[in-house]
Amino acid sequence: MKTLDHKKPSKTQELTYELKVEQVMRKNVTTLKPDSTMKDVRRILRNNKISGIPVVADDRLVGIVTIEDFIICLLEGGEIDGKVENRMTKNVVTVYSDEPIVQVVGKFEKSGYGRFPVVDRDNKKLVGIITKGDIIEGLLKKLEIDYQKEEIHTYRASHIFEDVISDNSTLILKYRIKGGEFKKAGEQTSKLRKSLLRLGFLPETIRRVAIATFEAEMNIVIFTPEGELVAKIQPDKIMVNAIDSGPGIPDVKKAMRQGYSTAPDWVRELGFGAGMGLPNIKNYSDEMTLESKVNEGTNLNFVIYTKKK
Amino acid sequence: MKLSRIISILDAEILCNVKDKSNVNITTACGADLMSDVLAFIKSEALLLTGLTTPQVIYTAENSGVNVVCFVRGKKPCREIVNLAKEKKIVLLATKTPMFESCGKLYKNGLTGCSEISKQ
Repeated sequence: MKTLDHKKPSKTQELTYELKVEQVMRKNVTTLKPDSTMKDVRRILRNNKISGIPVVADDRLVGIVTIEDFIICLLEGGEIDGKVENRMTKNVVTVYSDEPIVQVVGKFEKSGYGRFPVVDRDNKKLVGIITKGDIIEGLLKKLEIDYQKEEIHTYRASHIFEDVISDNSTLILKYRIKGGEFKKAGEQTSKLRKSLLRLGFLPETIRRVAIATFEAEMNIVIFTPEGELVAKIQPDKIMVNAIDSGPGIPDVKKAMRQGYSTAPDWVRELGFGAGMGLPNIKNYSDEMTLESKVNEGTNLNFVIYTKKK
Repeated sequence: MKLSRIISILDAEILCNVKDKSNVNITTACGADLMSDVLAFIKSEALLLTGLTTPQVIYTAENSGVNVVCFVRGKKPCREIVNLAKEKKIVLLATKTPMFESCGKLYKNGLTGCSEISKQ
């Protein structure tokens, strides 16, 4: 597989890094023992329509016998009742079940073999077998699944405004945020961002919305017991409302000043609370309003105008 | 500058390289521990150098369009954060080199800052 574009690898290339051997290999492997006969080889090759059989002794892979070995046996006038261990290839090239497919593709190219037995990296036991056909089948399945999942979402979502008929349509997405849950702070913005991607907005628009919303989400998590993000989406603009249940901002003017912050030290240690949040939201949005009442809560609104693709 | 070159300059360890982006070209970088600063100034597709190892580093990268994050001064995030980065398809690196030296080495080798990129 050649790289077509250094900046953007193809979906198939990406998948060869993501997919592991165990996801595409065949798991039910028919095996032989060293003292099985070439007659057994013929029977299994014919019945299972395969071209190679691993030879196993005490759960360990000791060799592989292929259709080629069988033909050579016949050509040399070898005994059909002869033992497999005298005809098999003993130094078998194997792959590990947790290797990415891309490495196996390379091994196929280099070695010229048609199949590799798959062994577990830790206990070295045989766990499967992999052929080029298995890789192609695995890639196609994964491509189809991935393509369908994301493309169908994107296709459906990006046509929503064309599909519904009205003078003015607004899509409303709500996300609840719990205060203090720092571990998850950012997750809700991430969901909104993903939805905007599916709706087909331009990356630069989405970036502005995502950064401003992320700051608003952080403020809710840091300062309030709970809040909500409401995104009202229209084809030409995205309006975000971040509302919380308190404690409110005593001096809104001061809070808007770059560098002014009331955040405690633990918040600063986590990379926020340096008085950049609200100024950042203002910078990234086209319109912004902030209303706050002490002990009641804060109501932040911002709008970002957009052009669709 | 190719990501592979950055890795060699910083003698960085790869914590996750989702789609093997070693060939990706990085045009600018930003070094900060303050995520709000990063959100304010960083450019899309820049490299982020930071000493912070919270989940918000990953969300900051995702939201600002950053594909590669390098943790400096020997800091390493926990497994959960590495998994979050994988999910968001963000490359994570870790170097023992401190922040100032990491930035200095990259700058000396020709990687420009985010404010210089905006002037160009």
